[in-house]
Amino acid sequence: MDNDQMMDFTIWQVGFAYVFILVVYLIVRIKKIPREKLILISALRMTFQLILVGFILIYVLDNPNPFITVGIILIMLSFATFNVYQRTKPIIKISLKKMIALAMFVGISVNLIYFMFVVLQLDPWYEPQYFIPIGGMIIGKTMTGVSLGVNNLLTGMKDQQEKIEGALMLGASPKVASKSIINQAFDEAMLPTINAMVGMGIVFLPGMMTGQIIAGQQPITAVKYQISVMLGVAGTVSITVLIFLHLAYKVFFNERMQFILRKRDASKDDLPVLYDK
Amino acid sequence: MFKIEHLVVENVLKINELKLDASIVSIEGQSGSGKSTLLRLLNNLDTPKSGTIYYNDKSLIEIEPMELRRKIVMVPQDPVVFDGTLRDNLLIGLKLSGQDEISDTSLEDTLKTFWLEDKELDTSASDLSGGEKQRLALARVLLMKEADVYLLDEPSSSLDDETTDHVLDAFIHQAKEQKNQIIMVTHDKRVAEKYTKQKINMDEYSTHIKHEVTHDG
Repeated sequence: MDNDQMMDFTIWQVGFAYVFILVVYLIVRIKKIPREKLILISALRMTFQLILVGFILIYVLDNPNPFITVGIILIMLSFATFNVYQRTKPIIKISLKKMIALAMFVGISVNLIYFMFVVLQLDPWYEPQYFIPIGGMIIGKTMTGVSLGVNNLLTGMKDQQEKIEGALMLGASPKVASKSIINQAFDEAMLPTINAMVGMGIVFLPGMMTGQIIAGQQPITAVKYQISVMLGVAGTVSITVLIFLHLAYKVFFNERMQFILRKRDASKDDLPVLYDK
Repeated sequence: MFKIEHLVVENVLKINELKLDASIVSIEGQSGSGKSTLLRLLNNLDTPKSGTIYYNDKSLIEIEPMELRRKIVMVPQDPVVFDGTLRDNLLIGLKLSGQDEISDTSLEDTLKTFWLEDKELDTSASDLSGGEKQRLALARVLLMKEADVYLLDEPSSSLDDETTDHVLDAFIHQAKEQKNQIIMVTHDKRVAEKYTKQKINMDEYSTHIKHEVTHDG
């Protein structure tokens, strides 16, 4: 397969692809499922966002520059962090937001640096063609993992208040009292990544590998990239979630090792999270 | 030995001076009179915004929280059962507070003392009834040898009279041997009469329950 064949993909062909969304639209209309607007808006949003990204990428790939590469990674990191804030079911306070931002920044930076310099060994190191898409994949998956970690930690702290305080009453440290909740939140956060690794190649062909093969890459090269990226994702998700959980449980306790959610005189300002929106 | 001075818990309690110095103290009072609130303060689960609580002449806020709770152990009204077997649950107090574990034979003796001898150590603790959980929670803290004071919140709420007598007899007997103080919240007049050396009626200190006797100073 040569690359010219790819270029033949015309705007009309893309137009034909919109028939799919038209079918979805008709189905929900006939079935009277009140989702027509949402479907149209999401399809439009996707189109607009991807065209915009396309233009940005054209510029960035043509003008490799370390500041632009790092800048784009930082922008993606910030969006991912805000996305985690929005995806928490209860309202979280600044103390928890700080922990999320810190964990995302440290966990992702350390892992990305290792991945780009040691695993991919890019030349130049800021080669945007690899750095940006692979960085984006790792950031995206980590965002999902951290979101799950945050939500599970919040739910665990709320549902198991009595157990946590029961452990404190027996002289446990806050860390020991929260241990089972931290472990469970970690487990839940890692599950999608582990499932993805298990199913990969059998249940589905991963997106990146599919893309490379379509673009004319040797399947074996695509496989090598996919394996490395998947391992990088697993490492980054686990380290970032772990950093978050080991910072975040502390905001539920005060300096007297009292469990804030159960304190009878705790005001709304003292709580790290408000469960009733 | 606790001494409470000028304690105010907004909308709940006002204690100008109170000593809890008997070996067994019972705390009675209407619901909402602040009985559990007081126990929570003694266990450092809450800190009063004003007033001071002394334990052996040392203010609670000067004692390291974990060390304090290992000495002043609390058993809540709704007993907490942790995941795992009876053995895990009996040992958890020791584990959480970093003490040495003890043999199965002693654990089985403990079960017997608390009328749980028909249970195996490997039974899952979540299978226990409410009363059995309450007995397990009492048995668990008695194994914690560092403890000096036991704060018991309604220790007999899910037990019948016969079981209450047996379990509290056993608990108090052992606590006495270990020279531990017991402070228990109870609505059970019979229990208070039978066991306690000092009786405190929280209605006298409650800020929102009307009472005939007013204490001021």
